[in-house]
Amino acid sequence: MDERELRSLINDVEAGRLTRRSFIQTMVGLGLTAPLATQMLASAGVAHAQARGTYPAKRGGGQLKVLWWQAATLLNPHFAVGTKDQDGSRVFYEPLAAFDPDGNLMPILAAEIPSTQNGGVAKDGRSVTWRLKKGVSWHDGKPFTADDVIFNWEYAADPATAATTTGTVKDIDKVEKVDSHTIKILFKNPTPFWAEPFTASRGQIIPKHLFENFKGAKSREAPTNLKPVGTGPYKFVDFKPGDIVRGERNPNYHMPNRPFFDSIEMKGGGDAPSAARAVLQTGEFDFAWNMQVADEILKRLEAGGRGKVDIAQAGNIEHIQCNQTDPWTDVEGERSSAKTKHPFLLDPAVRQALNLLVDRSSIHEQIYGRLGMATANFLNAPSRYRSANMKWAFNVDKANQILEQAGWKKGPDGIRAKDGKKLKMVFQTSINAERQKTQQIIKQAAAKAGVEIEIKAVPAAQYFSSDVGNPDTYTKFYTDIQMYTTTMGAPDPQTFMNQFTTTEVASKANKWQGRNITRWRSEEYDKLFKTAEVELDAVKRAALFIKMNDLTIQNVVVIPVLWRMVVSAVSNKLKGTDVSGWDSNFWNLASWYREG
Amino acid sequence: MSTVSESKALHALHRSHEAPISLWRDAGRRFRRHRLAMVGVAILGVMVVAVLAGPFFYRVPINEIDFKDKLKGPSRAHPLGTDDLGQDLLARMLYGGRISMAVGVTSMLIAISIGTLIGATAGYVGGPTDHTLMRVTDLFLSLPGLPLLLLIVYLFRDSLKTWVGPEMGVFLLVVAVIGGLRWMPVARLVRAQFLSLREKEFVEAARGLGAPPLRQVVRHILPNAMGPVLVAGTIDVAAAIIAESSLSFLGLGFPPDIPTWGRILFDAKDNLDFAPHWALFPGAAIFLTVLSINYIGDGLRDALDPRKVLQK
Amino acid sequence: MYRYFIRRILIAIPVIFGISIVLFTILALAPGDPFEELATNPNVPPEVRANLRAQFGLDDPLPVRYVQWLASMIRGNWGFSFVSRVDVDTLILQRLPTTIIVLGAALLLGVAVALPIGTLSALRPYSIFDQIATTFAFIGFSLPTFFTGLVFILLFSIYLDWLPFIYRADIDATGWRWWWEHLRQSIMPVAVLGLFQGATLTRFVRSAVLDVARLDFVNTARAKGLSEWITVVKHVIRNALIPVVTLLALQVPTIFGGAIITEQIFRVPGIGSLLISSILANDTPVIMAITFVFSCLVVLSNLIADLLYGWLDPRISYR
Repeated sequence: MDERELRSLINDVEAGRLTRRSFIQTMVGLGLTAPLATQMLASAGVAHAQARGTYPAKRGGGQLKVLWWQAATLLNPHFAVGTKDQDGSRVFYEPLAAFDPDGNLMPILAAEIPSTQNGGVAKDGRSVTWRLKKGVSWHDGKPFTADDVIFNWEYAADPATAATTTGTVKDIDKVEKVDSHTIKILFKNPTPFWAEPFTASRGQIIPKHLFENFKGAKSREAPTNLKPVGTGPYKFVDFKPGDIVRGERNPNYHMPNRPFFDSIEMKGGGDAPSAARAVLQTGEFDFAWNMQVADEILKRLEAGGRGKVDIAQAGNIEHIQCNQTDPWTDVEGERSSAKTKHPFLLDPAVRQALNLLVDRSSIHEQIYGRLGMATANFLNAPSRYRSANMKWAFNVDKANQILEQAGWKKGPDGIRAKDGKKLKMVFQTSINAERQKTQQIIKQAAAKAGVEIEIKAVPAAQYFSSDVGNPDTYTKFYTDIQMYTTTMGAPDPQTFMNQFTTTEVASKANKWQGRNITRWRSEEYDKLFKTAEVELDAVKRAALFIKMNDLTIQNVVVIPVLWRMVVSAVSNKLKGTDVSGWDSNFWNLASWYREG
Repeated sequence: MSTVSESKALHALHRSHEAPISLWRDAGRRFRRHRLAMVGVAILGVMVVAVLAGPFFYRVPINEIDFKDKLKGPSRAHPLGTDDLGQDLLARMLYGGRISMAVGVTSMLIAISIGTLIGATAGYVGGPTDHTLMRVTDLFLSLPGLPLLLLIVYLFRDSLKTWVGPEMGVFLLVVAVIGGLRWMPVARLVRAQFLSLREKEFVEAARGLGAPPLRQVVRHILPNAMGPVLVAGTIDVAAAIIAESSLSFLGLGFPPDIPTWGRILFDAKDNLDFAPHWALFPGAAIFLTVLSINYIGDGLRDALDPRKVLQK
Repeated sequence: MYRYFIRRILIAIPVIFGISIVLFTILALAPGDPFEELATNPNVPPEVRANLRAQFGLDDPLPVRYVQWLASMIRGNWGFSFVSRVDVDTLILQRLPTTIIVLGAALLLGVAVALPIGTLSALRPYSIFDQIATTFAFIGFSLPTFFTGLVFILLFSIYLDWLPFIYRADIDATGWRWWWEHLRQSIMPVAVLGLFQGATLTRFVRSAVLDVARLDFVNTARAKGLSEWITVVKHVIRNALIPVVTLLALQVPTIFGGAIITEQIFRVPGIGSLLISSILANDTPVIMAITFVFSCLVVLSNLIADLLYGWLDPRISYR
């Protein structure tokens, strides 16, 4: 894996086998700036530290109250629809390993993290061997063994189960049992990112003895779906779908002295601003998830002194997509069909001008604040994948100049036109206060450059639905430009970057399930992606992804607006939360404790 | 008791036969003498003039973003302060007020016209007609608003847009949806009044004197049944102004950059403790509109009350 | 009257059928067709789809589908929620008590506020008391509940720190403390909803009493030498109650609508919040079940209102 290989490179530096200078030169040669490469060295050294904070050697911390403004609706991690369900399940279930805030793997149910050094990861990238922790038991007292892990693969891979986690096991050829506490995963192809199965929020392990009779078609009938029995720090007490999840301390938890709290209550529903108030202002709750609230408001609430906002990095990117196809012409019952060409967005001048009209610093400073960072890149994290080649600027004059030179002349109404085509576009996004403000800022700047933008806002539930009958979904993209956030899930860009490949073009034929929404097609990109898929050299692979990022930015297929952070509200007394943008909010729930 | 009122009713009938014009003139005079009603007319008049003519005199743009001036209280440069993008609230209130007031009043008129028509028919005719109409009312009352709205948007948004243009299309849709989903209480109230009134002495008297049904309804029952209708009407104005803002969250209302009063109020809510002026002004505008319409309604009822004719 | 009651019940049955047909059609036609989404949604197992195809007869024309839905409904099979994979009746029953308690209390509060204030206002129209009551009533319904809810939270939870603003159905306490905690957390949602309803109702009561107070029989009663109190209670209020009862019957369904927002603000786990989240998630079986129960409630409350008219005004004949 890149993470490991990179670290071995860094280890080489530390051990003196590789000079610092040649390491940095290699990285610079691959498109990274020298400071960034240096930073990589530094942060990798820090990230290796195992102990994160000090944990008090006592228990009996009372009740932990956490607030999710979207409520968990089910507690089987294999059926989880969103993070709310994954987090709800994570109270009771655990994966083999979790990703910490820096994207490093931390063992949970595994005894150690596989690596080439310990022989866990095969040199050819075709298999990985996990040694499991011994002495772990399920909440009902049964021991946790290799059979449970193998069962989870069978369960998720069975199409009849229709598990949402099925994607994490799709590359697996077979999972073998080596002994009672060792498994070996065999992949179909060389797999650089071998850490996808059984880790993080989509890798939570459910007990074989309670689910084996409810595999496949009968999966819905399992009583344990609603009353989870896991290995986690809390045992199940009560669950009301769409409202509340409650758990009590697991006295036989496999980590000593943990958990600190006697019970946990995860309340759901409501809205983000009032959830922020409940933690930061009144202290009614200890922790609140996903603070999608203007930073200005958060700062004022923090002034109360009861809590603060915790910001974690992830790869989530708020970006504007330029439609490559014509959204206003119907071809065989489909608009934005790959067979059409957009009337003016295919003109590079128009896209470049548009890129100059997005005032990223205002959007960042005035709307999102600490919740995001202005960026020129689509791929921003982990830092070794971030390109240093791209720049962004906000320049209305230059945009005007580019359009003028390309022959787009202002008409009497102030709107530019060329060959009878006017620069009028519909700009679609979901209904969300921050997004509507961003739309207004862009609309105003565009108007100064003779580009008229019509703002359209669709309710999030429809916009992000996979409903084939609805014309307003983001995958149909029946407008000229649109804006939303793509999330990255794992600290590896492979699945994230497949959204510009030709095979993924969303169309009527694939029921708009394809991930390439802009319908941009580039042979060069496809070739780069295919190479990266099987490239085992971490540094080369990083360089490939950086090249892919640069290609999309140079062509203005997308206009990155903001690299968004994962933001939570945490009570001042609550310690050890250490939220990771690469895993569930509860990735180290067992280590949460309260001070004072 | 009944003889007294019958004779009064006879008088009333007699008078109205004799001088129908003076009834309206009387009403007009009484309305003008109704102090609160005149206050209502004055407030509403000022507000209507302000939203219609205001933007021509107060020429600050509604969408000029200025982050240096965001969330500022009232000042000389921004008489009503600014919002979190530094946009001038007075300009936005004046611009959005046109839409809010038009939506409020039109939806209210639609709701009370349909409601009164159905309620009056059901209450006066009775029998199977009553049953049918009331079951239709029940049906409308039990329709789930949200899916219905989504269905309406889905079916009609684009066709209306091409038919009457985007803004008018949205306006018609919003007004039809709000009015069309709020007439049921009026219908039930009017029917209840009719059930009770049609048995009252003065109506019986009119019936006994051979007044045709339409005349009974329009002249004798309806004016007496107007009380709850007027109340419902004023409440509907407020409800429609607010409902308009929630519609835009379903993708049904006006575009998000059009600052209607309900919309401004909604946007302001999270900053209520830091920038109360942002919410105060749209809230006050809705309140004043509803209050003045209510006073006008009170004045109208008092002016049109047939019994008042006799007491004079 | 008894026969009338029976007849009305019998009539109500086809009406409910009619309503269910319309509901079914709306849900079937509305965008976000749940059946179509199921087909492309990898989260929903094929067996669910197969069961649903059988239950809804997806390939059949709409009328046939409707009859099949009705048949399983009559057999007591409400289906299960696509989103949480729980039986719909379990889901609804889990939330019903909370809704009944909160909404019931709000309705009672509304009536308790509206009846005396509305009557007093009407007996002394345009007095100082009436003016103040009017002003408050208008502030009451000029401000949407999402707004008053927030004002309450700011005032009572944040500045004064008296009340919690997050409703929790499970409270870890027993005895008096349990009651006390429940009371404390119910105050704000009940007050917001109750006062909004109360503001509306006050106006209607005032108007109704005003109308009645001017009628001749009231003057006659006064002339007979009855005391003002008896006149008001026996003659005025009783007659004024006719439109008020209509309104209360109407209020039962509309209060549900109002509850959606209040439940959302205070995170009350009731039917309203379940309905809204199901609609947003296209969870058709849940939407259908809630709206259907809801329409039965509408029909029932209007039936009760009609019966009450007869009791309040004996002159109204049942035809």
